[in-house]
Amino acid sequence: MAEVTLTINGISVTVPKGTTVLDAARQAGIFIPTFCHDPELTRFGACRMCVVEIPGMRNLPASCVTEATDGMVVHTDSPAVIEARKTILELMLANHPMDCLTCGKNGDCRLQDYAYLYGVKTEPFGGEKHNYPVENDNPFIVRDMNKCILCGKCVRACAEIQGKSIVDFAYRGFDAKITPAMDVPLSESECVFCGNCVAVCPVGALQEKGLRSAARTWEVKKVKTTCPYCGTGCSFELNVKDNRVVGVTSCDGDVNGRALCAKGRFGYGFIHHPDRLTTPLVKKNGKFVKATWEEAISLVAQKLGAVKDKYGSDALAVLSSARCTNEENYLMQKFTRAVLGTNNIDHCARL
Amino acid sequence: MTNSIREIAGANFILAIGTNTTESHPIISLQAKKAKRNGATLVVADPRRTEMAELADIHMQLNSGSDIALLNAMANVIISEELWNKDFVANRTEDFEALKQTVAKYTPEYAAEITGVPAETIREVARGYARAKNATILYTMGVTQHICGTHNVFAVANLAMLCGHIGKESSGVNPLRGQNNVQGACDMGALPNVYTGYQPVTLEENRAKFAKVWNVGELPAKPGLTVGEMMEGAADGRVKAMYIMGENPVLSDPDSDHVVHALEKLEFLVVQDIFLTETAALADVVLPAASFAEKDGTFSNTERRVQRVRKAIDPVGDAKADWQIICDVATAMGYPMQYASASDIFDEIARLTPSYAGISYARLEQGGIQWPCPSADHPGTPYLHKDKFVRGLGKFNPVEYIPPAEQPDQDYPFVLSTGRRHFHYHTGTMTQRTGALEVHYGAEHLEINPLDAADLGVVDGDTVRVKSRRGQVEVKARLTDVVPRGLVFTSFHFPEVAINKLTNPARDPVAKIPELKVCAVKVEKAS
Repeated sequence: MAEVTLTINGISVTVPKGTTVLDAARQAGIFIPTFCHDPELTRFGACRMCVVEIPGMRNLPASCVTEATDGMVVHTDSPAVIEARKTILELMLANHPMDCLTCGKNGDCRLQDYAYLYGVKTEPFGGEKHNYPVENDNPFIVRDMNKCILCGKCVRACAEIQGKSIVDFAYRGFDAKITPAMDVPLSESECVFCGNCVAVCPVGALQEKGLRSAARTWEVKKVKTTCPYCGTGCSFELNVKDNRVVGVTSCDGDVNGRALCAKGRFGYGFIHHPDRLTTPLVKKNGKFVKATWEEAISLVAQKLGAVKDKYGSDALAVLSSARCTNEENYLMQKFTRAVLGTNNIDHCARL
Repeated sequence: MTNSIREIAGANFILAIGTNTTESHPIISLQAKKAKRNGATLVVADPRRTEMAELADIHMQLNSGSDIALLNAMANVIISEELWNKDFVANRTEDFEALKQTVAKYTPEYAAEITGVPAETIREVARGYARAKNATILYTMGVTQHICGTHNVFAVANLAMLCGHIGKESSGVNPLRGQNNVQGACDMGALPNVYTGYQPVTLEENRAKFAKVWNVGELPAKPGLTVGEMMEGAADGRVKAMYIMGENPVLSDPDSDHVVHALEKLEFLVVQDIFLTETAALADVVLPAASFAEKDGTFSNTERRVQRVRKAIDPVGDAKADWQIICDVATAMGYPMQYASASDIFDEIARLTPSYAGISYARLEQGGIQWPCPSADHPGTPYLHKDKFVRGLGKFNPVEYIPPAEQPDQDYPFVLSTGRRHFHYHTGTMTQRTGALEVHYGAEHLEINPLDAADLGVVDGDTVRVKSRRGQVEVKARLTDVVPRGLVFTSFHFPEVAINKLTNPARDPVAKIPELKVCAVKVEKAS
């Protein structure tokens, strides 16, 4: 494959032809901020946060949509670039609620991070601000379009990952807004609440309702695991606070990338549901009474043993579980065969 | 699956038969959508006009249970128009002549009468499938939950072999499995006839191998009972005690009333679960288990990928991980079973299971591994049957169409089919308790065609009584042309609409899978 060599901040970088300046810089370990860019989505070149200076070009091009060419010289942090990025941030903040103190994305927000990075504190372009009602009428996603920076990632995630195209840009200029067709709430659209838009939102415009009301972003420990629902085997991260699962977020799964469905992303509430069984139960006179583990285990052992002795091993049968782990299924069939002495073991593979 | 999930995106032709992919396997459907965006042809065979059917280039809206007629007719067209892959058939398969003879009578015109799919559509789809560079067949319970489920799968496999669409990337036979670890439970030998890795219990050398590692004198040689047979055994007194872990047969199995009756007849029932399910309620002892978030382990997904489950929190209350409970029961029964960690159990599995031999927790830290993975330096197997089939040559198993066990008649004029909804899962034990999913999708309905509803004087939202020869439920009607005339559909997610009271326990004689996709019912307006 043909290669090109360019110089970024004085460092020589060789990349395959067709690589963008942004990717070339990242390959060289050089940081360029982005809002609208996402490696999984089509290039959009809208937010202009990734502008760089390339001598010979008329203006500051967006590095995410500029192809690296042989001999190109790139400055990613020149005074002109910094000035441009600051102005972009100032323009965004001019129409932003600035309620970081109570925002669920505080601590995990690119707008906040870049404002900090470039020291943008004020709103020199103060003026009219949006005052959209916060969309909070579904149990999964909170949509606050006042915080939207119109990067369009959710539009592309919905179209290109989920293949649904529920949301798109509507209206013009200051009134431009991301919305389902006819500007209805998500709950009245054909949205399937996969939340893949939430996973790519760089700011607080789209937030997981449960997670963001349960924990600050820095309070959670994330544990990568495998989804317990269908057989696809999506990876995700359980967000844990105070020994409780408070939410699910995307990670880069072997099978699913960052995509999840409504069950995987929003179906974790059963873990701490009050109906969970928390103690062994033994039925006495038709009613369940709490028992200790010792009582329950010895009763089970005694009863199974008695049936085996009286009627033989094949009077015992075991249902293992397509919901449990490999290790547990292995042990269950080992137990059935080696201890109970029967091959009467099955599970609901057929259902 | 013979292929990997991500390979679906690379297919030029997708035949999705009996799979409501966008609802039951949403993330897999993304790969099919991607293929479609890349220019692939998508053909959906389903009695319902599902979202997949709407996305499809061609929707073959076949009559419930007529899959073999359709698939055989495709083979008929492919053979009679000389579109079959002669190299593949000659070098990789056997018994082609038998297939040719059997499908000879399944002309598209003959199949059209059985399936309701126009002959010309069958021809077009057959040609498209045969001529595609890479063609993949996706299927789920719509193919398998029939009295001819095994034969349906044979018919699928025959088609794939006939065209050489197997054993290569993005081309294959791909059942999408419904439960997180149903593949793993099968791999681990939680089946009545095999140990781990499908090693038959009937082979003396297998029994000797496992008996040695498990430190027991001998192991039973006779294959055991399947789920349905266990329930029959419980009902007729052959089975006296059952140990049920993480299953809810009262809601998931056909003919629920019979299942309840059977379980009530047991002398002893122990159920181990995370909730007091409808099945656990019948138990003598209930053992509280830890959820997936509270334990370490592995799941094997539908593409044979073994992936880690990691403990994120301590078990809720006094609950314990299932593996620890099993160890405790075994030990109490005089068989000391002790492991320091799930990883140690996995090492024992790897030692006894050739297809898992090269997998370890240390390797899984780098990502999932697809079996077969015979050694520690083996990268895993993204697609199966590359140069040869497991048995050597691929065998054509010609099959004949048979109608469903129960057909609509004057008394029960509708076909009832059951399946899944996007926002719920299986018997709803988990998804009815999330604080989110059940809030959004809180009640079940019966899909019925508006013309049928009009005949019955039923309007959208009316409560109807659905009755079969085995039981009845009441449910609100949803008038929709997703279902054709004569077909009604609902899910088994809602305990208050326990639809399996109605379903037919008639089973496939080979796989013992019940015919949950077809039974005869009547629908009447509830007063």
